[in-house]
Amino acid sequence: MNRRRCLLALASLPVWRSAAGQSAEPDHTAPPAVTFAPVLPGRTLVFPDDHGAHPAFRTEWWYATGWLSLPDGSPLGFQTTFFRVRTGLGEQNPSAFAPRQLILAHAAIADPRLGRLRHDQRAARVGFGRAGSEVGRTQVWIDDWRFEQTDDRYRAEVRGEELAYSLSLVPDGPPLLNGAAGFSTKAADPRHASFYYSRPHLAVTGTVTLDGRTQAVTGQAWLDHEWSSEYLPQGASGWDWIGLNLDDGSALMAFRMRGDDGRALWSAATVRPTGGRAQVLPPDAVTFTPLGHWRSPRTDITYPVAWQVRIGARLLDLQPLMDDQELDSRRSTGAVYWEGAVRVSEDGREIGRGYLEMTGYGETIRVG
Amino acid sequence: MNLAPVFLGSLARRRTATLFSMAAICLGVALGMAVHAIHEAALTEFGRGLRSMAGEADLQVKGPRGGFDEGLYALLAARPEVAAASPVVEVETQVTGRDETLQLLGVDVFTLPRVTPALLPRPAEDAADTSERTDRFAILAEDTVFLSAAAQSALGLKSGDRLRLRAGEQALDLRVAGDLPGAAENRRLAVMDIAAVQARFAKLGRLTRIDLRLAEGVAPEAARLGLQAILPAGVLIEAPEAAEDQAANLSRAYRVNLTMLAAIALLTGGFLVFSAQALSVVRRRTEFAFLRAIGLARRDLFIWLLAEGALVGLAGGLVGVALGHGLAWAMLTLLGGDLGAGYFAGLTPQLQFQPGVTAVYVALGVLAGVAGAWLPAREAATVSPAQALKAGDDAALLGGRGHPRLGIAVLAASLPVCWIPPINGLPVGGYLAVAGLLAGSVLLLPAVASAVAWLLPQRGPVPARLAAARLGAAPGHAVVAAAGVLTSVALAAAMAIMVASFRESVDEWLSELLPADLYLRVGTIQSGSLLDEALQARISAVPGVGRVNFTRHESLRLAAGQAPVGLIARPVAADGRDLPLVGAALPPGPGETAIWVSEAMQDLYGWRPGQRVEVPLAGQPVPLRVAGIWRDYARQTGALMIDLADYRRLTGDPLANDAAIWLAPGAAAAQVAAALTAVGDPGTLQLAYPGEIRAISLRVFDRTFAVTYLLEAVAVAIGLAGVAASFAALAAARRREFGMLRHLGLTRRQIGWMLAQEGALAAGVGVLGGLLAGGAIGLVLIEVVNRQSFHWSMDLHVPWGSLAWFAGALIALAAAAAVLAGRQAMRQDAVLAVREDW
Repeated sequence: MNRRRCLLALASLPVWRSAAGQSAEPDHTAPPAVTFAPVLPGRTLVFPDDHGAHPAFRTEWWYATGWLSLPDGSPLGFQTTFFRVRTGLGEQNPSAFAPRQLILAHAAIADPRLGRLRHDQRAARVGFGRAGSEVGRTQVWIDDWRFEQTDDRYRAEVRGEELAYSLSLVPDGPPLLNGAAGFSTKAADPRHASFYYSRPHLAVTGTVTLDGRTQAVTGQAWLDHEWSSEYLPQGASGWDWIGLNLDDGSALMAFRMRGDDGRALWSAATVRPTGGRAQVLPPDAVTFTPLGHWRSPRTDITYPVAWQVRIGARLLDLQPLMDDQELDSRRSTGAVYWEGAVRVSEDGREIGRGYLEMTGYGETIRVG
Repeated sequence: MNLAPVFLGSLARRRTATLFSMAAICLGVALGMAVHAIHEAALTEFGRGLRSMAGEADLQVKGPRGGFDEGLYALLAARPEVAAASPVVEVETQVTGRDETLQLLGVDVFTLPRVTPALLPRPAEDAADTSERTDRFAILAEDTVFLSAAAQSALGLKSGDRLRLRAGEQALDLRVAGDLPGAAENRRLAVMDIAAVQARFAKLGRLTRIDLRLAEGVAPEAARLGLQAILPAGVLIEAPEAAEDQAANLSRAYRVNLTMLAAIALLTGGFLVFSAQALSVVRRRTEFAFLRAIGLARRDLFIWLLAEGALVGLAGGLVGVALGHGLAWAMLTLLGGDLGAGYFAGLTPQLQFQPGVTAVYVALGVLAGVAGAWLPAREAATVSPAQALKAGDDAALLGGRGHPRLGIAVLAASLPVCWIPPINGLPVGGYLAVAGLLAGSVLLLPAVASAVAWLLPQRGPVPARLAAARLGAAPGHAVVAAAGVLTSVALAAAMAIMVASFRESVDEWLSELLPADLYLRVGTIQSGSLLDEALQARISAVPGVGRVNFTRHESLRLAAGQAPVGLIARPVAADGRDLPLVGAALPPGPGETAIWVSEAMQDLYGWRPGQRVEVPLAGQPVPLRVAGIWRDYARQTGALMIDLADYRRLTGDPLANDAAIWLAPGAAAAQVAAALTAVGDPGTLQLAYPGEIRAISLRVFDRTFAVTYLLEAVAVAIGLAGVAASFAALAAARRREFGMLRHLGLTRRQIGWMLAQEGALAAGVGVLGGLLAGGAIGLVLIEVVNRQSFHWSMDLHVPWGSLAWFAGALIALAAAAAVLAGRQAMRQDAVLAVREDW
């Protein structure tokens, strides 16, 4: 899955370089080339081991998004993202500060009463116990920010300047493998692929602290865990992604890669019917059609915040919790994207909730 | 009635005297202004550099120069009172092929934004590249460096260029990947990734600094105390301002020394106004009597006479501040912000005009003028008009026999004030003593003049006897002429004695400290390059090398807020005979380890021989016994010397910074030097002969005192100006006397001869008094001012030859000035001159 690529602006460039590498002349100053583990088809994902980090790969993320409801019933959206990046730098450096692995994190709360995202971010190199990720189970942290797994239950802890939350996320079943048993291609060329699974319908309980006030929350979330080494197809400028928890217990993930002309280069979807086996849809079974737009007053970027998405024979309408769910992280990782809570309806009836991500709509965005 | 032409116009009529007075005040003001402006520029720059380096840090953790264990970073970052911690590795590195060093900081770009955003590197957009390829990892790469704007322009580099730095024995080839937009404008600074600096500069596992931002609501002082408790010995936590204070303290003593000299120059200017006014007032006595008779109030006369002095002071002050700023600019350009003293390396300060301070210096000039005019004005205003309208009594100059008792009292009082301890790091007692000695000598001057006249033989040619009689009868004249001479001679002699003693002591100290035949080091001293064990073995094995003493340099922090203390580990004899010891050695008993401390340690930390002290070595407090005090002119913040074997046993640190090499008998120095150079990679090992080091050190010394020499020259010029001006005025007042002498049959030549002797006698009295006072002031400078400012002692060396030459030249010049002044006065016909009054 290519989404989150843009968030890795800081980390992503070497990927882009090697993808476009034919034209890149050899740079004699570059450190000795590092071999990143390749993503090859046929590997069976094994749990719980694959819940943990895969430091041999270039990039990896744990990405939790979902809807929460406050005691008075009002809705909130939340996002917790931890990235692990292998930079290819300092592999031979014996220093404990060697920047071989970085951890980056984004956190956001979408509050319709505020009308914009509260968000914060952290970045650190792995070392001194200040930041790191574990192999064998999900545990990734920067200072007092962490996302970790105990048995099959996840915890997300974030403390920022404008927001803080402590959430427990309990899955309803086994991981949902995307693509071919977790091997998810990003383009016609299978070189651009990742290992990718999702945990839909996570039951959320915990607390959210906003404006110094801590409140209990409950809700439902979606977790993606994906790792790869080489995946952005050439010519892609951005992507649109959705992860939806439907009220009937089914779950749906879909994405499309957009070319420079705004047209889809590649699409994919995974549908898990209630109590059934996951079904993977081919690229031509997925279409994204914008229904409404919103222009950011901060960045002047126009986002299609309302969509009609065709998944096979179904037509789903997406409406945002609020228009302004743009996350401006130019201060740290340099990326600007839209990551927001959406309502899903079919035939005019709300059938579920989920998250929508849109990247590459601004010129300034560093796509991959 | 407009009296301005009468009074202020008189200044124009005695142009020469006025010009000299003005020049003296002008020079005093200019020097004071220049020293102040230069120092202010440098210190402002230093402070700004420090502030941008410290950024928003609330506290800074610092340790020995070699750094401290990086584990402290994890320890501190995990503390609840710490919101963010930013680790830094700081090294001084040398740019290959250049003499200058560059301050290089290894930073963690991820922790900077919350603590020290000013150090954040900005990668350059590479124009030749596609924008997608601009490498955002440049800030993490091992071969990229980011330079502040000042460093870029100083090195002539821009983004994309290559920079070669010396790292230990190797040269490091780096790409300039961008700049430091937040760095202080004039700070030469380079930034790299912390891991790269650790690995390339042999700092693995070490940090030199941790900047801390405290959690909200945590009081810095409480956090400082709490965190200090968990830090190992020798690692201190302090507020970032402490370093600025340390720098200010360090250079304050130096600055005050110079400002003090400027003040003395100003004082001399005041004396000059005094002598010029005193003589002019006597000459204009009839004029004043007439003015008083026609109704000018006593008070108005007094004020108008003060205004004359004030006008001279104002003119001198205005020209002086302009000159001072010019001088400051020239010195900043030529010598740098510390006038060559080396306190503010790496800075290029900008001169700033400060209206307030400038006004103060102009006011000082006016004050000197008014003070100089005060006594003559009072004298003139008190004389009753009737008495003054009668035949003028030229000899009735003020001063009379002086105030010998007061003079002696002031001189005597100068002695006990020398024991006043430094106040706030300033040798206040020393300055009081200097002022007392000067004032006392001037007060005693008339008595000395009488005594000299009384001692002179009562025989010889008429002109000589006339001159001697005049000195004995009218010592007031001598006071007027000699006061300026005394002040400037005292100052010049004191400085000469102090500088000569200092230079001689430094020379001896260098010879004692550099006994070997050859000295070897890696790169420059500051670049932190080290000789490892293998290299040490290779050096020892070079044929022709007899004995090698390796030396390890470290710096330690003993107390928060105090500047670091140098630690030198080298082979030291048990009785310290190879050290420049002050006083007797007190070697410790068996089982104890000796430490030899510099005089500054004695002054600053109160360490005494035989005392048991704790010194943080390798993060542990180590008990040591102070075995003796040695003299150190290199580190005024203190230095410790320990035997190398003890140091290695206590720290396990096998490295060395440099090596002193004694040649084997019969070995040729040049051949051994060539063989030694070949031991390391080409260009890495530097060899020096002790003679060279001595020459370089003395050159640095002389450059440091360049300003002092300049001040001395100015002092002498002022003194001479004083003699010339006084005699010009005096001679003009004595035209009638010359006419009388001509009527009595003396030739012009004889009168000229008499004047020359009078000049020589007056100057001689001034020079004599000045030399005596100067010797005493020199002692005060050596024993009190320097000791308290710089914490080092020196042996007294009086430059008898130079002083004698200087005194002789001054007396001869004074005689010449007197003759010139007299010739001017004798141009008139003798008959006319006498008739003038009858």
